[in-house]
Amino acid sequence: MSSETITVEIWRGKEEGEFQTYQVPRMESQTVLDIVTYVQRNLDPGLSYRFACRVGVCGSCAMTVNGKPRWTCRTHIDKVAGDGTLRIQPLRNLPVIRDLAVDMTDFFEKWTQAKAQFVPTATRADDFAQVSPEDPQRKEASAGIECINCGVCYSACDTVAWVDDYLGPAALNRAWTLHNDVRDGGRAERLKAISGAGGCQACHSHQSCFELCPKHLNPTASIAGLKRATVKAALKGEI
Amino acid sequence: MKAHRNHANYWAFALHRLSGVALLFFLPAHFYVLGLAVEEAATLDMFLSWTEAPVVKLLETGLVILLAAHMTGGLRVLAIEFLAWRDWQKSVVAITGGLSVAAGLLFLLNAG
Repeated sequence: MSSETITVEIWRGKEEGEFQTYQVPRMESQTVLDIVTYVQRNLDPGLSYRFACRVGVCGSCAMTVNGKPRWTCRTHIDKVAGDGTLRIQPLRNLPVIRDLAVDMTDFFEKWTQAKAQFVPTATRADDFAQVSPEDPQRKEASAGIECINCGVCYSACDTVAWVDDYLGPAALNRAWTLHNDVRDGGRAERLKAISGAGGCQACHSHQSCFELCPKHLNPTASIAGLKRATVKAALKGEI
Repeated sequence: MKAHRNHANYWAFALHRLSGVALLFFLPAHFYVLGLAVEEAATLDMFLSWTEAPVVKLLETGLVILLAAHMTGGLRVLAIEFLAWRDWQKSVVAITGGLSVAAGLLFLLNAG
C-alpha cells in the first residue's frame, strides 16, 4: 500500500450536474470500482452508483472512465490513469438516474425489439440436440455468446447517439448468435425485426464496440453477418 | 477526437465521410469547368494554363488523394458488408491509406 493519493473527478447530478473532486489513497491493484466505493464509503455517502459481482460477470458496474466506457471492476487504475488523474462519468447514450447510475431500460427494451430471445423448436419428448462445436455456424454463435449486457458497446456507439431507434451493438450481436443457433426457430421473424429502421443496416462499422468490449467480443462482425443475412433473405423473398 | 473514437477504424470512417463532403463541393466546380469546353473554350484554356502552376498541382495532388481515399474507403465498407468478416480490419485501413497516398504520389510524379 502506498501513501500516494489520486485525484478523482466524479460526475454528480443527473443530465445537469457538475464534477466533484476527491483525493483517494492509491492502493496496489486498485480498480476504478475500488475508487468509487472508497469515495462512497469514506468521503461522500450520497454518491449513487451500481455494482454487484465485482469480478466481471454481472455487467452492472460500467461507467465512462477518462472518456471511454469501461467495466470498472476489472479496470485497473494503472491502466487508465497514467497521468495520475481520473474522471468518472455515467455511461453515455443512456438517461442518467443520478450520479453514476444510468437507466438501462432502453438498452434492454431494444433487445426485446430485436427479438433477441431463443425460440425453441424441440419438445420435452425430443432428445438433446447434437451440435458439433466445430460446426462453422456454431462457431459464429459461440464467438458472440459471452456478452454480459454491461452496455459498454451501447455507450461507445456513435450510431446509437445519432439514431434514436437504432437497436445497438449488444442487441444485434445477440440476434446474430441466435441466427446461427440451429435449434432456434425464430430466424425469419428476427431478421424482419432487425432489418427495418434502426436495424443492422444503420451501423456505420465504426467498430468502437469491438475496440471497447470488455469481453473482447466483436459486435461489428456480428452486425456485418446480419447485414449479409438480411440481403440474402430479401433476395429470396423471405423478409 | 473524443477518447472513445480514437482508433484506426473510426479514423477511416471520418476520412471517408470528410472526403465525401469535400468531393461534394468539388464536383459541381469540376462539371462547371468541363462545361466551359462547349461554350467558352478561351476561358477553359486560361483555366488550364492556370492549373500548370506548381501550387495548383499540389492542390490537385490533395484532390487525387481525397478521391483515392474515398474510393478505397468505399471498397473497404463494401468488403465489410458483403464479404466474410476478416479480423485484420486495421491492416485494411492501413492498405486503403497507403493506396491513397500512393495514388497522390503517382500523380505528383507525372505532374511535371
